[in-house]
Amino acid sequence: MLYSEKVMDHFANPRNVGEIADADGVGEVGNAKCGDIMKMYIKVENNIVTDVKFKTFGCGAAIATSSIATEMIKGKSIDEVLKLTNQAVVEALDGLPPAKLHCSVLAEQAIKSALADYYKRQGIDPTPIVGEIGECESCHI
Amino acid sequence: MDRVIYVDNAATTGISAPVLDAMMPYLTSEYGNPMSIHSVGQRARAAVEEARKQTAQALHADHTEIFFTGSGTEADNWAINGVCELMAKKGKKHIVTSSFEHHAVLHTVQKLEKQGWQVTYLPVTPDGYITVESVAQAIRPDTALVTIMYANNEIGTIQPIPEIGRLCKEKGVLFHTDAVQAVGNIHIDVKDQCIDLLSLSGHKIHAPKGVGALYVRRGLVLKPFIEGGAQERGRRGGTENVASIVGLGKAMELAEANIDRRVPRMTALRDRLIDGLLQIERTRLNGGREPRLCFNANISFEGVEGESILIMLDMKGICASSGSACTSGSLDPSHVLLSIGLPHEIAHGSVRFTLGEDMSEEDVDYIIQTTREIIVRLRAMSPLWERINKQ
Repeated sequence: MLYSEKVMDHFANPRNVGEIADADGVGEVGNAKCGDIMKMYIKVENNIVTDVKFKTFGCGAAIATSSIATEMIKGKSIDEVLKLTNQAVVEALDGLPPAKLHCSVLAEQAIKSALADYYKRQGIDPTPIVGEIGECESCHI
Repeated sequence: MDRVIYVDNAATTGISAPVLDAMMPYLTSEYGNPMSIHSVGQRARAAVEEARKQTAQALHADHTEIFFTGSGTEADNWAINGVCELMAKKGKKHIVTSSFEHHAVLHTVQKLEKQGWQVTYLPVTPDGYITVESVAQAIRPDTALVTIMYANNEIGTIQPIPEIGRLCKEKGVLFHTDAVQAVGNIHIDVKDQCIDLLSLSGHKIHAPKGVGALYVRRGLVLKPFIEGGAQERGRRGGTENVASIVGLGKAMELAEANIDRRVPRMTALRDRLIDGLLQIERTRLNGGREPRLCFNANISFEGVEGESILIMLDMKGICASSGSACTSGSLDPSHVLLSIGLPHEIAHGSVRFTLGEDMSEEDVDYIIQTTREIIVRLRAMSPLWERINKQ
């Protein structure tokens, strides 16, 4: 099988799918041309990500990485969420095929993009906190 | 799910019972080397030559014009490299092909291009056809070869091969066609259709994997593809793959004999599938409806990604394939879908269903219903679909 059982589980039964109407931050990364778009919605209270939902257009790995990433950040403080790396997402899924590693990068970027939006809405420049959110490198090959 | 519905018959097929029966003796008791003088060897020789006749008859060729190979890809490589090597001596330096050939042709031609050959990649119409006029315009005095596939492996469109063949004959240019998908679905007559070289593969027509053939018109002498013994009239060394060659011969005979029964039946199933899937909103059929391979339906579903569809179909017992980037290991979707002008985002959401002879209308209806449910489910979680709906 191309994917681990964990990936298949998150693909077949994705967690936290949907939208948050009154989200405090929304981030979208990827593009249709590359075949992946991830959109993350977060609610933040007292520096804690209390709720998160996602919508993803993409392959099995894109959906699974989005799903597990939402589980990994829900209920965590912003400081903890900012420490989430794509490698941690890959490990949590028991690995991804090499060609699909960019999906985990997108998941990390989608979360950071939602946090950046959250700070912008507060009138705070997000760059010193969240850092630059680059384009997914694999889209420029 | 108690039954697997295999709709990837353009990728490969299973060995049929009569083909396996024909092969069995040559996998067991009749293990002779066809090059041996003794009776065991000579029986194997007779079996190989019988398969050559069966293959020739199915193409309306002469048995001396058939060379067995290890695959359709090998036949394509041999035909193109062989003709170009031959014609280079006559000062030719130009090849005409199309932009949606199989990689066996495309990569071979690209390699020659790096070695100094000039190549015209003909454009494909939005419906998936090469026009005879475009071939006529591309041919130059220094053109060595025109190579155009008989039917496209992804979108199933059947090309005007007899017309291109006649044109090439008039212009004095050699003509090769990759007929891997066409055999068994279209009546092929290499003489009437003016085909100089033709590639075919066993495993697409219920023969085993690892065997193919190249037809080379009499009078055209290509250099050996593999140096070695005197097998295949000295052009391809290596002890013959006797059982598989016997299987190919039997499969060719059956494929040709069954065409007139197969095509109407498969066309009806195919059209039922296409019509059912097109009922889903924002879908399109890739490649024209006719002339099209009787077992091929290639559909794009907007707002969803092909690999996700394939995995969900597989969970429901349906085995199909996709032209999406995610199934190819590259980031670009299929070159065939791009060649007919599909935008990347729509090409990513395409699925190829290639039906099998054992399928029923109920199977087709199950595929339609299951696919509809999957598309609805994936669209519900797609930000791209959300955007499309807002437009």
